[in-house]
Amino acid sequence: MSRRQVLLIAIVLLAACALPFVVSSYRTFQLTMALVYSIALLGLNMLTGYNGQISLGHGAFYAIGAYAAAILMEHFGWPYWATIPVAAAVCLVAGFLFGLPALRLEGLYLALATFALAVSLPALLKYHHLEPWTGGVQGIVILKPDPPFGLPIDADQWLYYFTLAVAVLMFVLAWNLLRGRMGRAMVAIRDQHIAAEAMGIHTAMVKSMTFGISAMYTGVAGALGAIAIQFVAPDSFNIFVSIMFLVGIVIGGLASISGAVYGALFIQFVPNIADAISKAAPWAIFGIFLLGFVYLMPTGVAGAVRMAVARLTRKAHNQPKS
Amino acid sequence: MKLKYASIAALLAAALASPVAIAQKKYDPGANDKVIKIGNINPYSGPASAYGTIGKTIAAYWKMVNDHGGVNGRKIEFISYDDGYSPPKTVEMARRLVEQDQVLLIFQSLGTPPNSAIHKYMNVKKVPHLFVATGATKWNDAKGFPWTMGWQPNYQTEGRIYAEHILKNNPKAKIGVLYQNDDYGKDYLKGFKDGLADKVGLVVKEVSYEVTDPTVDSQIVQLQASGADTFFNITTPKFAAQAIRKAYDTGWKPIHYVNNVSAQIGSVLKPAGFEKSIGLISTQYLKDPDDEQFKDDSTMKEWRAFMAKYYPEGNLHDASNVYGYAVAQTMHQVLKQAGDNLTRANIMKQAASLKDFRPDVMLPGIRINTSATDFAPIESEQLIRFDGERWQRFGPIIGK
Amino acid sequence: MEALLHQVLAGLATGGIYASLALALVMIYQATHLVNFAQGEMAMFATYFAWSLINAGMPYWPAFLLTVVFAFVLGVVIERVIIRPVENAPVLAVVVVFIALLVILNSVTGWIFSYTIKTFPSPFPAEPIFGNYITSHGGGAIGVTLVVLLLLYLFFRFTPLGLALRAAAQNPDSARLVGIRVGWMLALGWGLAAAIGGVAGMMVAPIVFLDPNMMGGVLLYAFAAALVGGIDNPAGAVFGGFLVGVLENVLGAFVIGNELKLAVALVLIIGVLVVKPSGFFGKVLVTRV
Repeated sequence: MSRRQVLLIAIVLLAACALPFVVSSYRTFQLTMALVYSIALLGLNMLTGYNGQISLGHGAFYAIGAYAAAILMEHFGWPYWATIPVAAAVCLVAGFLFGLPALRLEGLYLALATFALAVSLPALLKYHHLEPWTGGVQGIVILKPDPPFGLPIDADQWLYYFTLAVAVLMFVLAWNLLRGRMGRAMVAIRDQHIAAEAMGIHTAMVKSMTFGISAMYTGVAGALGAIAIQFVAPDSFNIFVSIMFLVGIVIGGLASISGAVYGALFIQFVPNIADAISKAAPWAIFGIFLLGFVYLMPTGVAGAVRMAVARLTRKAHNQPKS
Repeated sequence: MKLKYASIAALLAAALASPVAIAQKKYDPGANDKVIKIGNINPYSGPASAYGTIGKTIAAYWKMVNDHGGVNGRKIEFISYDDGYSPPKTVEMARRLVEQDQVLLIFQSLGTPPNSAIHKYMNVKKVPHLFVATGATKWNDAKGFPWTMGWQPNYQTEGRIYAEHILKNNPKAKIGVLYQNDDYGKDYLKGFKDGLADKVGLVVKEVSYEVTDPTVDSQIVQLQASGADTFFNITTPKFAAQAIRKAYDTGWKPIHYVNNVSAQIGSVLKPAGFEKSIGLISTQYLKDPDDEQFKDDSTMKEWRAFMAKYYPEGNLHDASNVYGYAVAQTMHQVLKQAGDNLTRANIMKQAASLKDFRPDVMLPGIRINTSATDFAPIESEQLIRFDGERWQRFGPIIGK
Repeated sequence: MEALLHQVLAGLATGGIYASLALALVMIYQATHLVNFAQGEMAMFATYFAWSLINAGMPYWPAFLLTVVFAFVLGVVIERVIIRPVENAPVLAVVVVFIALLVILNSVTGWIFSYTIKTFPSPFPAEPIFGNYITSHGGGAIGVTLVVLLLLYLFFRFTPLGLALRAAAQNPDSARLVGIRVGWMLALGWGLAAAIGGVAGMMVAPIVFLDPNMMGGVLLYAFAAALVGGIDNPAGAVFGGFLVGVLENVLGAFVIGNELKLAVALVLIIGVLVVKPSGFFGKVLVTRV
C-alpha cells in the first residue's frame, strides 16, 4: 500500500473516532448500524465479489450471529463482548457446512439455494420446539452494554467505538487474506475455475472456506447488530435483509474492500432520504436511486472512485511541467 | 358582607394552596404554546402494509382537529414514520422521533415485535408509549412499564371468550384451530386454550400458516380431515376470507368462530361470499362500516363525512379506518384532559384517568376506562353473529 | 386415503399458480439468460390494470385481452428503457436493476391502489367440480396454464420468430450475423414473459385476492419450480410448479407440519438440484474448456 493510501485511511479513521462527539446520539446509533452493515457486506463481497459465488441468503448468517449473541447473553448471562467470537465461530462452521453441498451448484442454482436458506430461517427460528431458546415469535430482548471502566461517554458512544474496533480488525484481516494466496485463489476460481483447478488450486476447499469466512463476517455483524438494536425476533430477519445486502455490495462495488463501506452507508441512509423525499411511495424513490447508481456507476461507487482517481492522477502526470 | 369576605378569602386560599391549578403552562420537549408534536410508527410498506391506512386515517384526523382550532389552542404536528414491520427499523424510527424530532409522545405504533423492540427504550427514556396497536397482554403492566399502554381488547381475553362460549353451548365440540404463526396468532391460541382449561382436549387439530403462504387451502383441508366440527379461525383479513370460502366450498361447514380483527364485512366477508359467511361468530367493539344496521347511524355518517373531506383516498369499506378514527379520538381526549400541563408525566396521568370515555364509533355499551393500575383501556366486547347481511349482537357485553 | 387425495388436488391447484409464474420466469430466461426477480410484481401490476378495467365496467374477457396486450407492451417498454442501459454491465448489476424494478412496481401500486385487498373475478363458474375437492377456478387456472404452455411450445418450435428468439438468446453474435435484430428479440422476449405473467396474475388473483404483496410469496415457489423442472424448459417449469405445490401440501399435512413445510420442500428441491443440476428436464450443457 502506498504512503498516500495509508495516510488517507488514517485520516478516515481519525474522523470516524471524532464523530460521536460531534453528532447526536441518534446519528451515532445510525453510524454504528452502518459499521455493522459494512462488516456484513465485506463478508458477502468476499464470497460474491471476489469468489463469484452468488448468495441471496446472507441474511440467514446475519440472523444466526444475532441469535447466537442473544441466546448467550439472555440464557447464559455471557457478557456482550464474549459473544462476538462465538458468533464468529458458529457462523464459520455453518457457512462451511453450507458451502460443501453448494459446491455442486452454480450461478442461478446457488442463488436459489441461498434464497431458500434465507427464507427458511425465520420459520426455523419460530419453530415451537426451539422456542425455549429462541423466544419464538416474541424474540429476545437484550440489555444495552454500559461503557466499561467508568469512561465518561454514554452507552451509544461506547457501542460505536466497540463496533468500530471490531470493524477495523475485521477489515484488516480481510485485506490481509485477500492480498495473499487465498485471495488470489478466490479470484482465480471466479474468473477461470477450470484453469485454476488445473493449476493445482484445491477449488472445493477454497470455495467452502470462502463460504465459511464470508458467513463468519456476516455473523459477527449480526451479533453486533443485535447488541446495538437490543432485540432479536424472526421478523427482523426476513428475505429483504439478504436482498439489501446484495444491493449494498453491488452499489458499493464488487470485489472491493472500500465498497463495503460505501454500500453500508447506502443501505443505511438512502431509505431515510427516500422517505424524506416522498411519503407516498418511498420505496419507489429508493428504486430510482438504485437505478441511478447502477446506470451511472455500473462497477459501484468504489469502481467509480477508482476511475476518478486514475483519471486525476493521469491528468496530473500529463500536465506539462513548464 | 360576610359572605363576600368569605368567598374572597376562599379564593385567596385556593390560589395559594394550589399554584399549579391556575393556568400555569408546563411543557416537556415536543410541546409549546403553539404546537404539540406527536410521533407514530406504522408499517406503510412490507408484509403488514395493509395496516398503513390506520396511520393515514389518524393523520387525517389531526388535520381535521387543526382545522377546528387544534387542542386547547395548540395545533397538532403528527410525525409518522414507516418501519415496514421490521423491529430494527422500529428502533431506529423511535429513536429518531424521540431524539431528533423531539416529540412529546409516541402513539399507535403497530405490531407486537416492533413494539417489543422499543418497549424498554420508551420506558427508560420516559416517553409516553400510548395506545399501541397490538392486543398482546404485556402492554398492561403499569408497575413494570409505566410509560406503555395498550388500547384494544387483548387477544388472550378474546380467545377466552370464544372458549367459554363453546363450553357453554357445545361442550362436546371437536375443535380445529387455524392460526397465523406469529405472536398475534399464538396469543389468541393461548387465551383460547386457557379458556378451555381442563377441557383443552376438545381441540383435535391445530394448524398454522405463515403470512408468506399464498393460500391456506391446504390447512383447511387438513382441519376438515381431522373430523373437527367447530372451527376457531385466527387469521388476518386476507387469509380469513380464503379460509371462510374454502371451509364452505369443501363442504365442511363447521361452527365457525373468527377473531375480531377479521370480522369485517367489507374486507373479509364480501370477498369470501356472504352466503358462505352465515353463522359466523365473533366479537366486536367498533361499528362495522358496511353493516346495514348502521347505515343511518349518525356517528357513522359523521365518520363518512370525515373520510370524504380529509382522507378521500381512504377505503370506506375498511374497518381499519374506523379503528384509526376511534383511537385518534381517544388520544384527542387525553390531550384535551391534559390542558396546559403538557409534561410527559401528566400525559400518562391523563391517559390513566379515562372514565367511561366513548369514542362515538364504538358499539353501544362499550366504554374506555383506565386507572393507575389498569392500563387496558378497552376490556369489553360484544359477541356477534353474521346472518348473511349484518352482524347481529347477542348476549351481554362481556368484560368491564 | 381421501385426505391424501384431497391434499394432492389442493396441491395441484396451488401448483397451477406456481406453474404459471414459473412459465413467465422460464420465458424470460430463454430470451435473456437472466432470471427476472421483478416478474411477480410485473404480473401483479398487470392484474391491477385488469381490475381497473373491470371496475370501470368492462366485461371480463375484453379486459383480459386488453390486459395481456398492456402487459406485453409494458414488458417491451421496460426492456427498452430500463434494461437496455445495463446490457453490458456485470450480471449482478442487472440483478440490482431487477430488484429496483421490483420495489418501484410494488411501491407505486400500493400508492395508486392502496394496500387493502380487493376481489378479482373469475371467468369460471362458481360451482366446484370433482365433488368438493377442487374449485372450478382452480381447475380452470390449471387448464389456462396448460394452454399457454402449448401455445409457447408451438411458438418456439414451429414459428420462424420463435426460432429467431431462441437464436438471439443462445448466441447473439451469430444471430446478428444471420440478420436477426437481437435487440428487438430481447424486447419481444420480455413482452411475452410479461404477457404470460399477466395471465398468471389474473388466474392467481381470484384465489389469493388482489393486493400489492400478492406475488411475493409465490415468487420463491415459482423460482424453485422453474429450476427443478429445468430453467430452459417450459414444460419442465409447469411440471415443477405442480410438483412443488403437491409436495408442499403433502409435507405440511402428513410429514413435517405446516411450520417447516417450506424449509423442507426447499431442502428437497436443492437436493434434487445437487444430484441433477439441470433439473428434471433441463438440457445438460457441456462447456468447452
